[in-house]
Order: sequence, then structure tokens, then C-alpha cells
Amino acid sequence: MTKHRNSIAFWAGVAIFLVAVLSMTQIVRNEYPFFAGYVILQFIALAVAWSILGGYAGYVNFGTNAFFGVGVYTAVALFKATGAPLVVQIAAAAAVGMTLGFGVGLLTLRMRGIFFSIATIALAIIIETFVMNWRFVGGAAGIQLQRPPVMAPFDSYVKMLFFVQAVLVVIAVGIARYIQNSRIGRGLQALRDDELAAECTGVPTLKLKLVACMISGALMSAVGAPAAMYLQYADPSSAFNLTYSVSALAMSLIGGTAHWIGPVLGAILLGSTQQFLAVTISSEINVLVLGIMLVLFVVAAPKGIIGLLRPRYRLRAGGKP
Amino acid sequence: MTVTTAPDAPLLQVGTLTKTFGGFTALDNISVDIRKGERFGLIGPNGSGKTTLINCISGALRPQTGSVVFCGEDITQLPPHLRARRGIARSFQIPRPFKSMTVLENLMVGLDFATVGSSLPEEDVAMSILTRMGLAAKAGAPTDTLSQVELRKMELARAMAVRPKLLISDEAMAGLSSSEVDEVLDLLISLGEEDITIIMIEHIMQAVMRFSERVMCLDAGKIIAIGAPAEVMANKRVQEAYLGT
Amino acid sequence: MFSMDLLLGAVVLGVLLGCFYAAVSVGLSVSFGLLDVPHVAHPAFLVLASYGVYQLNESYDIDPLVAGLAITPLFFLFGLLAYRVYYETFEKRGSDAGVRGIAFFFGIAFIIEVLIILQFGVDQRSVSATYIGKSWRFGEFRIPIRQLVAFAVALGLTVLLAVYLSKTFMGRAIRAVAQDEEALRLMGANPVRIKQFAFGIATAVLGIAGALLIIVAPIEPTLDRAYIGRTFCVVVMAGLGSISGTLIAAIILGVAETIVLTMFGASWAPAISFAMLLAVLAVRPQGLLGR
Repeated sequence: MTKHRNSIAFWAGVAIFLVAVLSMTQIVRNEYPFFAGYVILQFIALAVAWSILGGYAGYVNFGTNAFFGVGVYTAVALFKATGAPLVVQIAAAAAVGMTLGFGVGLLTLRMRGIFFSIATIALAIIIETFVMNWRFVGGAAGIQLQRPPVMAPFDSYVKMLFFVQAVLVVIAVGIARYIQNSRIGRGLQALRDDELAAECTGVPTLKLKLVACMISGALMSAVGAPAAMYLQYADPSSAFNLTYSVSALAMSLIGGTAHWIGPVLGAILLGSTQQFLAVTISSEINVLVLGIMLVLFVVAAPKGIIGLLRPRYRLRAGGKP
Repeated sequence: MTVTTAPDAPLLQVGTLTKTFGGFTALDNISVDIRKGERFGLIGPNGSGKTTLINCISGALRPQTGSVVFCGEDITQLPPHLRARRGIARSFQIPRPFKSMTVLENLMVGLDFATVGSSLPEEDVAMSILTRMGLAAKAGAPTDTLSQVELRKMELARAMAVRPKLLISDEAMAGLSSSEVDEVLDLLISLGEEDITIIMIEHIMQAVMRFSERVMCLDAGKIIAIGAPAEVMANKRVQEAYLGT
Repeated sequence: MFSMDLLLGAVVLGVLLGCFYAAVSVGLSVSFGLLDVPHVAHPAFLVLASYGVYQLNESYDIDPLVAGLAITPLFFLFGLLAYRVYYETFEKRGSDAGVRGIAFFFGIAFIIEVLIILQFGVDQRSVSATYIGKSWRFGEFRIPIRQLVAFAVALGLTVLLAVYLSKTFMGRAIRAVAQDEEALRLMGANPVRIKQFAFGIATAVLGIAGALLIIVAPIEPTLDRAYIGRTFCVVVMAGLGSISGTLIAAIILGVAETIVLTMFGASWAPAISFAMLLAVLAVRPQGLLGR
């Protein structure tokens, strides 16, 4: 009953959000809010994607930048080779990200958490090195991209990208919410608490971790795909920037990972603060604030913002909207 | 493998099991059959291999040689979750609850993953198990608010949610008061009456004597005695192992 | 063209480089290998030490090795403090320590990186000393003296730590705490104290290691990222906590890096340690040489 009502409320909220975003692109003239808003939406989607493996299953992925960068370069390579439209670029990036997630997961998810974390850093560096040596997409120097003409009903490419990223946020949140409320979510939560006890209670831990790693990876790469068109440029050191990893991880943990709303809150809060700080002070200070907030939260508020809002917050069987 | 239907076929056959860690032999050529519906006591001094044996049965460890056959099927190479689905459940020596969940949710994990097709809603099944274990009042409580005896019962309840044919209880009474020991023991005995085969590891001898139909004593990875409880207790080597002479 | 001479040169330089890698990794071998602390901030501590050495060398013209020795006690205290915080907030409470512990050190590493950028800027920094800039010639190839100095000091440091851990009372207690904490507690020792002390030693070593880092080549604030791969590769390959293994693994890495550098060029070098790390994790996670 309540579960059903929650679902209706959730999808109604999603519809209102998308309609609001779409009308904003039609009404607001100035492009700047869309430039800034795109980045915040991108971080919401990344944080939610990160939390599927990092939050629900408790495997800390330092390689958000690897998946993001792979998304960027899948789009770049595809666009340069075939001029494929944006939607195809995103779908291809998701497929590559999922494959990568499967590979990494198979390699490392049998091991203790820290090894998985280190392996994800390794992955990012190795892939970045390959891209740096890949002439077709510009190597270390990067590549300029010419945006194709914008499609109706949008009058600017940035506005369209803003809408596309909003759709990706909805997809990420929808998937995270589904997982949280399904038995996959309960299995992941069980294995995060105690992997052996979960196995002995019938949870196929390796399979669930792999599924989480693949979904999380697919989403991260999909989120990265439009970034090349957003900047009209791509280069390895910014596509594989470690800041994506810290941000996704910090936003998730600061928001709280027991519920999908946590990463969303964390990303909105930190994302807007970052936009503000980067513009007004400097990008170094902005990263410093991120780091300090992360450390403060993991030490003092282990359950994140949602834990502070509801002191005994728990993931419950029925699920919340 | 057609013998499974025979009424007196063993539920669990452990055959020539050997497990070593580096140069240390934890289990040395262990063979034992456990009958369907049996209440089986497993004793032995600390480090004698009891927990290693049940780790090999439940799948947490793989032996170097030997086999584990359950209901006529060789399960030696199966991961623990597939053994749980076939009906092997266990509790842990040091309780390992899912800490971020309530008591009820702990049971739901087993119902979600190990049990197939029940007509009743899962939550009702979980509640009936909790009522059975005397934990109904704690269904919504987080596990970190439970007392020691409640934690022990919760572990047994979670194992029951797997709908086991074989339940392995690893020192479920350690650290409990004598009245609490009786409480848990009565629970185990009543479970044994509903066709669940139980292996109980225990140090408290009165409990072992009262519970077991058959007792096996391990020492340094070898079986030193197996048989009726009184017989095993009277065995000279068992007494030596326990007194440490 | 690739020749035997070139290969021989690469191997010699690789061994020198490898001993240097051992010196920057031994601390991690203790903190992560023995104590099981997910210390991803180890390379950031290392780079921080290098900047400390740089500052002393720049302001007071102190020899980098002496400067490294001078900051060692400071780093010892820093290590004691870092372990205390880690223990009180994560290890003691137990639950969910994995995720938060890793995130904690990751956050610390990032904070150190940014603080260094704010203080020293993003430009490369180097030190001056009499042995920096000169080389020895052996017919065809040259060996920079800075490499030889780093090699000798690194080897000494690694051997010293190995001896400390195997021969002294405290060293044995540290190894014991890694093996069986409970047994040590029963003997009346306080495992937390011993672990804290061990973490202090592991961090103190970084004073000298940091000096070697800036002697070998100029440093920059984000250098720690490359060393995450190198130090963890060495420690995992060595088999967690084995000091002699650390030395051998580090030499393997050093030789592999120099050979790839000679054959394929510098742009592939950063990936070597990470690729080796992934390979070791995939094939033999307990380490090539370990327990």
C-alpha cells in the first residue's frame, strides 16, 4: 500500500522535475545558469552512481575518473569516427563502462575492500596512459570538437546538454532507488555488514557485487559521455581528473549512503558550494573544502547528512519514495 | 546417487577430509556420517579443528582433500550461498549480525535469498520464526541494542530463515548464564523435533550431554572418540584431551 | 636501437632506482602490510616530507639528508597522532570501518596535496647539494651521483628497519601484534600502544625517504599519485609486511620501469607500476614472495 503510494509520489516528482527543467530551457535566455547547472547535475548523477557500489555494497571506488574518462573518450572516438548523435554516444559509453565494470569487478571483487580501491586507482592511470598515447583522439594534447547543430525544441546546445544530464540524473536515481528497495539492495547491505555471514545466509555475494560494479560503471561512463560536447574539447588529464573521484566519493559519503537521497543532497550542497567557491576564490580552495568536509564527515557524522537529519536512520524493507 | 530417497541414508557424509594451513594440519582425514534428524554434538579442546570442520561443511573453507556430500550431492566445491540454498545453515561462534539492519531485516535476508517460493508474505514468515525464538518483541530493534542471549537467538533465527535441513550451531551458549543456556538448549531441542538435523559445537558439557544423541570428540584435527554421549565422556583419551595431560 | 649495452645500463639503473623505491615503501610495508591500516595517504606523507626537506634546504642551506633526519622526529609524532585519530574513530568502533577508514586517508591525502599547492605552488622544486648534478662515467654510460647516494642511503635505511623489526624487543612485538593481537594482550602488552608506536616508526622513516625523493628528482605537489602505484605495488608484490620481500619487489619494479622507459619512452612509464600491481592482484593477491 504505502510502497505503491511512494512509487506514485516518486514518479510524479520525477515528471515535475523533468517538466521544470524543460520549461527552464525554453524560458530562460541567459546560458550561464545552464553551464553551472550542468556541472551540478553531472555530480548528482556521479554521486548516485558511486553510491550503488560504494554505499550499498561498501566497496570504495577511487576510479570514478576512470569510468568518467572512458565515457568521455568513447563519445569522442565515436563522434570522430562516425559522427554518431549524442544519444548513441551516451548509450555506447554506458555499454563500455559496464564492460569495464565487469572486468574490474571480476579481477578484484574477491579481495578485501582496500585492494579493490587501489585497483581502481591503477585502472584509471593505466587507461589514461593509453589514451595519452592514442593519436586518433589527440593523445596528450587533447582534441577540439565541433558541436553539430542543435535539435528542436532547444535553441542552444548547452541547454540541450543540461536537459540530457537531467535525464541521466533521473535514470541514475531511478536505478538506485530500484536497487535499494529490491532484494538486490538487501543483499548488498548484508554483504557490506558481513560478507561471510551474508554468504552463509544464501546471498550470492560475488554476483551481487559484480552487478553493482557494472551498473555503477555504466552510469558513470554515461554521465561522462556528454562532457566532450559540453566543453567542445577533451584531453586526458582533465577527462581522467582525480577530482571526479574525490567529488563522487565525498558527495556520497557526506550526503549519506543509506538512502538514494543522500548522494543527491550531498551533490547539490557540495556542487553548488564548489561552483560558488571556484568562481569567487580559487579552484584549489574548492578542492580543499571538499577534502576537509569529507574527513570531518567520516570522522564525526558517519551516516552523513541524512543521518544528522534522522538520528536513527535505517534502510527499511518497504522503502521510502 | 539414487540412495537419497532411502530412509536411513545419511543426510551429510564427510569423507576423508583434510585441511591444512601452511604447515599446520587443522583437520586430518576426517570421515563421519550424520543421519537425518540426528542431534549431533561436536566437542574437543580449543584449536582441535571443530570450527574448521564446520567451515568446510558450510563452505567458508575448502578442504585440500576429501569430500562433503549433502543429500546425496557432492557439495565440496560449492560456494557457501549455494549450500545455504540446499539447506545448510549455521550460526557463528562470535555473533555476526548484519549491524545496519533490524532483527526482522536480518531474517529477511535469508528469506529473500535462500528460500524459494512461499505462499505467505515474507514478513509473516520472519515474524513466526521470531515468535518461535521468543524474539518477537525485538523484531524492529537494531541489532546493536540486543543482549548477548538475544544476539545468540537472533543468529539461530536467521539460520532458521534459510529453512535448513541441517543447522550448525557454533558455541551458541558461550558466555551465557546457566538459565540462558537452558533457554537456548530447549530451543535447539525443540527445533530438532521438527525434522531439522542439528550439529552442535559446545564446551558446556551438561548441555552436550542433554542435547546429543551422538557425540564426536576431536583433538589436534583427528577424531579420538565417537558414539553415545556417556561412552565418549568415559573415554580415557577424551578425558586426557580435556584435562590436557 | 636496443642493444645489450643498453639493457645492461637499464638493469644497473633499475637496481639503483629499485632500492630507492624500497626506501619509500618500507613505511607502508609496516603500516599497511603489518598493521592492516588502509594507508592510502602514505605517498602524500612522503611528498609532504620532501617539501619539508626542500624548505630547510632552501631557507638554511642544510644538506637534504641532514634535513630529512631533522624532520624525522616530527614525522614520528605526526604518525603517532594520525594512528590515534584513526584508531579512536574507526578501528575501535569496528562497524563500517572499511569504507570510512579508506575515505578518511583518501581525504587526508587530498588535503595535504592542496595545502602544498597553496603553500608552494604547482611548479617543480628541487634541492641543492654537492653530490647533485655530477655523474660517474663508465665507458658508455653515466650514473648520476645523486642516484648512487639515494641508493646507498635507501639500502641502509631498509636494512636498518629490517634488523630493527627482527632483532629488537619492540620490533618483535610489532611483528607479534600483526600475527596475533589476542596472544599479545594475554601476555599483558597493550596492542594499541604497540601499533601506534609502529605507525610512528613507519611515518618517521618518511623523513629520510622524503629527502631521497627530492634528491633523485625534482618534486611537484601531485607526485603522490604516481607513488600510490609504486608503493602499493611494491608492498603487495612483496607479500604484506615482509621487509626483505619489499627490497626484492622494489628492485623488480625499478628494473621493469627502466627497461620500459628505455624501450617505449617516458609516456608509458607511469602505468608500469599500476599494471604490475593489477597483475599481482589478479594472479597472486598474497604477493609473489610473501607468507
